[in-house]
Amino acid sequence: MLIAIFCLSGLGLLASLGLGFVAKRFAVEVDPRVEAVERLLHGINCGACGYPSCSQFARAVVEQGVSAVGCVACGEDTAMAIAEVMGVEAVLAEKKVAVVLCKGGRGESATKFSYRGVEDCKAAVIVSGGDKACPYGCLGLGTCKRVCPFDAVVISENGLTVIDTERCTGCGICVKECPKGVIQLVPAGKEVSILCHSTEKGAEVRKKCEVGCIACETCVRVCPFDAIFMEGSLAVLDHERCRVCGLCIVRCPTHTIEGRDRVFPRVEIMADTCSGCGICSMICPVNAIEGEKKEVHQVSGERCVGCLLCIDRCPKEAIRIKAPADSTLGVASQ
Amino acid sequence: MDDRQFILSSSPHIHSGESTPRIMYSVGVALVPAMFMGVYLFGFRALWVMLLSVVAGMATEAGAQRMMGRKVTVSDGSAMVTGILLALNLPPPVPWWLVVVGSAIAIVIGKQIYGGLGYNPFNPALVARVILLISFPVQMTTWAKPSAALSRTVDVVTTATPLGAMKTHLLVKGTLEGFTMGELWNPFIGNIGGCIGETSVIALLIGAGFLLYRGYISWHIPLTFIGTVFIFSGIFWLINPNQHMNPVFHILTGGLMLGAFYMATDMVTSPVTYRGMMVFGAGCGAITVIIRLFGGYPEGVSYSILLMNAATPLIDRYMRPKTFGWRAVSPR
Amino acid sequence: MKRLYLFQGGVHPSGQKISQNAPIEELGAPDRVVVPLSQHIGAPCEATVAPGDRVKKGDRVGQATGFVSVNIHAPISGVVKSIGTFPHPVGRPLPAVEIESDGEDTWADTLKPREDYMDLSPETLKEIIQDMGIVGMGGAAFPTHVKLSPPKEKPIDTFIINGAECEPYLTADHRLMLEEPESIIAGARIAMRILGVTRGIIAIESNKPDAIEKMKELTEDILELGVVALKVRYPQGAEKQLIKTLLNREVPFLGGLPMDVGAVVQNVGTLSAIFKAVRFGIPLIERITTVTGSGVRAPKNLRVRIGTPIKVLIEACRGFTSEIGKVIMGGPMMGVSQHSLEAPVVKGTSGILFQPVAEVQAVVAQPCIRCGSCIRACPARLMPTVLGVFAQRDMFEEAERCDVVECIECGCCNYVCPAKIPLVQLLRYAKAEVLARRKAA
Repeated sequence: MLIAIFCLSGLGLLASLGLGFVAKRFAVEVDPRVEAVERLLHGINCGACGYPSCSQFARAVVEQGVSAVGCVACGEDTAMAIAEVMGVEAVLAEKKVAVVLCKGGRGESATKFSYRGVEDCKAAVIVSGGDKACPYGCLGLGTCKRVCPFDAVVISENGLTVIDTERCTGCGICVKECPKGVIQLVPAGKEVSILCHSTEKGAEVRKKCEVGCIACETCVRVCPFDAIFMEGSLAVLDHERCRVCGLCIVRCPTHTIEGRDRVFPRVEIMADTCSGCGICSMICPVNAIEGEKKEVHQVSGERCVGCLLCIDRCPKEAIRIKAPADSTLGVASQ
Repeated sequence: MDDRQFILSSSPHIHSGESTPRIMYSVGVALVPAMFMGVYLFGFRALWVMLLSVVAGMATEAGAQRMMGRKVTVSDGSAMVTGILLALNLPPPVPWWLVVVGSAIAIVIGKQIYGGLGYNPFNPALVARVILLISFPVQMTTWAKPSAALSRTVDVVTTATPLGAMKTHLLVKGTLEGFTMGELWNPFIGNIGGCIGETSVIALLIGAGFLLYRGYISWHIPLTFIGTVFIFSGIFWLINPNQHMNPVFHILTGGLMLGAFYMATDMVTSPVTYRGMMVFGAGCGAITVIIRLFGGYPEGVSYSILLMNAATPLIDRYMRPKTFGWRAVSPR
Repeated sequence: MKRLYLFQGGVHPSGQKISQNAPIEELGAPDRVVVPLSQHIGAPCEATVAPGDRVKKGDRVGQATGFVSVNIHAPISGVVKSIGTFPHPVGRPLPAVEIESDGEDTWADTLKPREDYMDLSPETLKEIIQDMGIVGMGGAAFPTHVKLSPPKEKPIDTFIINGAECEPYLTADHRLMLEEPESIIAGARIAMRILGVTRGIIAIESNKPDAIEKMKELTEDILELGVVALKVRYPQGAEKQLIKTLLNREVPFLGGLPMDVGAVVQNVGTLSAIFKAVRFGIPLIERITTVTGSGVRAPKNLRVRIGTPIKVLIEACRGFTSEIGKVIMGGPMMGVSQHSLEAPVVKGTSGILFQPVAEVQAVVAQPCIRCGSCIRACPARLMPTVLGVFAQRDMFEEAERCDVVECIECGCCNYVCPAKIPLVQLLRYAKAEVLARRKAA
């Protein structure tokens, strides 16, 4: 018994000595900042920065002075923290999110045939370009879901790809992988998108899909900020100009334009400051403000779409955002 | 939205009709002669062990798949084959609970934890057998004397396997002088001590012939396996016949036939190319002989197959076929 | 008897040559044709007509753009109705010329018959072949004049006439060999003259004994042509496998061509078309197409004008027997399933197979049990199951290292797979990805 204990202890001691020696003798010198940076990173090796792994990106940040903003997946906070480690000022990039430019799920869009084969968009396009009648439509077989390192993609029951904007970091991997090119990166916070990218003629689109852009140009006309323009037979939104008023959403006859679950504000006029100049009622694109000259004006809560144009223009600063109640966009568009 | 649309898929548009269940049930059919001989030699007790093992195996598979939220695929026959193979690898007097435990081990530890059929690195039945052998050495090495023509005696007359007897003889006497292997006919029909299904060489060969004919196994693994054992043990026998038994004795005993034709050829755990299979078979043979002649165990087939199972991915990697056109075959 | 060298792999699907005794039938000119501008591998044609133009049978309607490209011609006489995108056998709409028949079916007066064609120079012959729009009619539709133009440093010693027709169901080549063998032989002699080759082998699978007999009879006095009966095995008719079988030469991988091993292979249908083009000046405006499968009442071998929509062929074969599940252009092993009966017959359409719903293979992939059948069946000696896993996991570098681009998409692996894994689709996917990555790099 005693012999056994001694033997085993001795063996253990010997092994630990060996290990210790090797650790000291063959230690690799690493800049401690590399490790610090690496700890701050996500560590999921998504590759969106262009480096094969997070640790290689960390090394690039430390050794080659690559900007920490290169990590799209990490938020602002991380970029700041890394900048602090490096002792430089962080120049922040605008955060982006992915959005699927197709609203035609299995219920809304027509198919050409019934597909049997590998459940993956990139493999499915080999078979006659995918089963959807619309050559631009989202196939909903989830290549993006498979490649998303952040689990931000959900395939709805309707067979449509939906991106969880909370989880999406804007790394852009899905954009690259989608064989239909249906995913786009848009500035986060700009919640309005035209969910169709078919350049086919309006009549063609109408045949194939209930919710596609039919090039009626209504949105172009109603947009108070000239943020929508036509590219052939497709309405395209300029996110720089868009003020997220949501007017186009309400007016689009095919409900192609959507704002993602954002609570759109409504405005109200403070009776005590309003001078009754009438500027607001003139510029209101939806005629939601009424009132006699020199009298206190009123906002019709039903018509207001929350474009906030009036707030900017009111000389008396008498208009403010009403506390959000039930006026979510979903309600407005129905 | 359209009601009648054509079906589209990638080519080809026809299929040979081959299927996983068909392969599994064919293996089951091929094992029928061995099962029959098992019952004939060891009585209805053997039938009971086989039934219990198959039922327990299938129940475990269904239960495990349901618990893991996977599709239940007991009907594909793979659990049945595992159950039969395990039963054929158990000694006839084995207690009933050991059969159940073994079956459950085969399915859960041998297969399902790796992801189910097709993903297990080791032969499930052998995993179970080896775990049982290590955990319950007494029960797993109590052999019954085959009592031909279905004796109704309840008492089991214990005996030793030929390899076990040889090892004991060697240990006690220090030489093989005086040890005889008896009539060749005995291991051929199975009239020796051993596992339920491993003793009757002729029954195993009949089933193997069927599998070879159907193309579900190829000659590569069995032939190289048995051939290596024969040559390797033959060399040692020629060097010193007092210490080592002759090669015929080695290939006819100790479950070599069962292992070579049914266990080593398991598709999932053996290499996929012919060249790889030959390396695999030779490896199995060499390890078997090393264990039998120099190891503590009298028997080495199970361990050798398991060890080579572990080497299968490596063999596959290096035995990749040369792509068509890799070198002009006849230079002009 | 010539010695044969077997290629590795291959499968033995049931022949199903149900239309082999149906003589070639003229389908005639349909009321309307849609002639795609891209019917061959290589650059698509440019239309040379405008809507409203009157065209006669044999008039050029599309001009080749570049060396790897051929002209296309009007298959009927009539008026060009429009030039736009129309359904195409590849599955997506592509540019095509739509011609409406005037019912006259008159030949263009520009046709140039040549009695003395064997005196023409190889260059002139090649020009005629490109001009007349000849492409490989076995299915791949590779421009024929390109294959007949090996560079000087690659001498050709053997010309192989491919009459293997190893795909199940298809009998178009078989019927052609029985009914117009002289045109095939004459076409072969033209091709051999172009290549300057003195050894020609007519290779036919042994399930067509009548065709072998016929060819032997006709080539008895022709020293440079011999007939070889091949063992029945799919894909015996694949170019590389055929060369291996006959000459024991393997076309080198990484983009090697038959000419690298001194051989050129042409399909029998192509040779017949070459003869007609050179001798009579008739461009490639029709071909023999097998309409077959248990989905049609009367399986037939039809001489069809290029551009005839599939639905016209169905009427000629007395309609469907039951509800159709799959319409396959080509054979069952490599054909492309169609979603529209408006898709036209093109130069490479060797057959159209109609499968009733009940015959359509289900695609329910089970886990791979590593049986290795696919590896043994692969004529390219790849490991399809391993490549399939690479494709599923986006491991394209590994797939490239295992030569996925050498896959000939013959379908053998898929055919034998007991787990019914859609291996061909996975490999095609991996191939496409690897090629795209190479291009990007």
